[in-house]
Amino acid sequence: MVTGQSVKRGLRTAGFYALVILVMLPTVFVFYWMITLSLKTQVDAAGYPPKFFRFAVTLKGYAEVFAKNPFLLYTWNSFVVATGCTLLGLIVGLPAAYSIAHWRQKGLALVVLVARIIPGISYLIPWYILFRNLRMVDTYQALILTHLVVGLPIIIWVMIGFFEDIPPDLRDAALIDGCSYYGAFLRVAVPLVKPGIVATAILSFIFSWNNFLFSVILAGRNTRTLPIAVFNMIGYEEINWGPLAAAATMITLPVIILTLIIQRHIVTGLTFGAVKG
Amino acid sequence: MANRTDIVDQAVAGASLPLGLRVSRFGHRYAPFIFPAPAVLIVAVIIVYPVLYTGWMSLQEWFASSLTPPRFVALANYQQILTGDPRFRDAFFRTIYFTLIAVSVETVLGVAMALLFNREFWGRGLVRTLSILPMMATPTAISLVFVMMYHPTLGVMNYLVTRLGLPPFSWTYSSKTALYAIALVDVWEWTPLIMLITLAGLAALPKEPYESALIDGASPLQCFWRITLPLLRPTLVVAVLFRSIDALKTFDIIFVMTQGGPSNASETINILLFNQAFSYFNMGYASSMAVALFAIVMGASLILMKVRRVGW
Repeated sequence: MVTGQSVKRGLRTAGFYALVILVMLPTVFVFYWMITLSLKTQVDAAGYPPKFFRFAVTLKGYAEVFAKNPFLLYTWNSFVVATGCTLLGLIVGLPAAYSIAHWRQKGLALVVLVARIIPGISYLIPWYILFRNLRMVDTYQALILTHLVVGLPIIIWVMIGFFEDIPPDLRDAALIDGCSYYGAFLRVAVPLVKPGIVATAILSFIFSWNNFLFSVILAGRNTRTLPIAVFNMIGYEEINWGPLAAAATMITLPVIILTLIIQRHIVTGLTFGAVKG
Repeated sequence: MANRTDIVDQAVAGASLPLGLRVSRFGHRYAPFIFPAPAVLIVAVIIVYPVLYTGWMSLQEWFASSLTPPRFVALANYQQILTGDPRFRDAFFRTIYFTLIAVSVETVLGVAMALLFNREFWGRGLVRTLSILPMMATPTAISLVFVMMYHPTLGVMNYLVTRLGLPPFSWTYSSKTALYAIALVDVWEWTPLIMLITLAGLAALPKEPYESALIDGASPLQCFWRITLPLLRPTLVVAVLFRSIDALKTFDIIFVMTQGGPSNASETINILLFNQAFSYFNMGYASSMAVALFAIVMGASLILMKVRRVGW
């Protein structure tokens, strides 16, 4: 009897894990396919039936991406824009989040939330006209400023939560000890929320890195970012899939690494406004 | 402290007070305004100004490619959208349809996955980690991978589908299936979000109702319909709200995979408006569509927030 029951339990566990694997398979498969495709020879990549496991590994796809495109420049552009957007967002957003958390500025928080709802494309027409008149299309400044629309709300909203979690006693103690608000902010609050700053910085970096809509209009030959560069590759490389997959892998890899670092905060970042405020 | 400076203030009649002290008093008194000021300035320039400008531009007729200045046409653009433009009407219904399909599939699958994963098991952390990746991976890159997977003759999707005994599909290459093929990408990307939000909601549910239901001899299915689902409603509404807002605005994956085609079969408002603005430079007309899209997104949000309060 006892063995019969444990066999039953074992079967149920096996069934459960089979189900888990089945459910997670599509997620894993797309990434697996992207990476393996990038390592295949042209013949294998476009071969039918497709090869899942046994194929000759080559780095030709990667070499071709760098040979045919100024891919390093695009990577550098993406890096500069995402870093600029994140730094500016932190400089401007941290004091704002601190202020909203401590002086309960609900109205301000709401404005930032509405910015999250408004379709990005409704900013794009005025920006395009503005930056064209200022001759700022195809500059880092224009891209950094516009990417702030994605980065700043996330920084502010996620940081409000972190600042609210600081015990009020700590801030008051700093103020009584003769710190100004600015001293209390810089020397007490900011060091306390360092982990939060790292998480939001990474979130904002990823969102800027991934942005397509703003860059496709406002980036030009000199400032083209990775998503736009990859999009432009599609037409020419119709069936030459190795380089396409290699480019896709190279854009995605930094994002995946960064995501793994801050995975606990991702859902908060994606649903900001829902839980707090 | 404040008192003493007041006395000093009066004694030296303000002006001769050391500059540093005056600055720091000003800084102290207006700190609640000074802290958010840079953010407010940026928000004004990159968010408020463009929104107002779009509203104003929607009342004009203007081609950015021509030299003629904008011409004020009042509500003519809106009239055209609402009554005279079948392409916009199609795009409108397509946007709603796409959102309904994608979000409802994501919700059903996401909740089912959350129920499956809502227990302690070896590898739970790994499942969580893997679930986050599709949401964060660059949409352009993901779309590109799907473009290759969807290829009608060489793509892996048709290989898998035929191995399952189904006929091959044209995916994004046919006007009949393009919208569904794109919705599938959206489902792949965003089901994990609903799953993770639901999982957090499940963890916060009280235990008591289940215990008394167990005593009353309720079946697991009854427990789900009668206890879990009603208790989860606020969580689910938030999840659906976030997904709907973003699904209505879907741009990247559609633009990369089909650019609205074939023969406009996947042209949502966002895509139509993008082309009006940046292919035809019809800025006034495109602006009125942007206002309309904003109204739709706002309307959907308000409806969902109402659902959160009233019963089913």
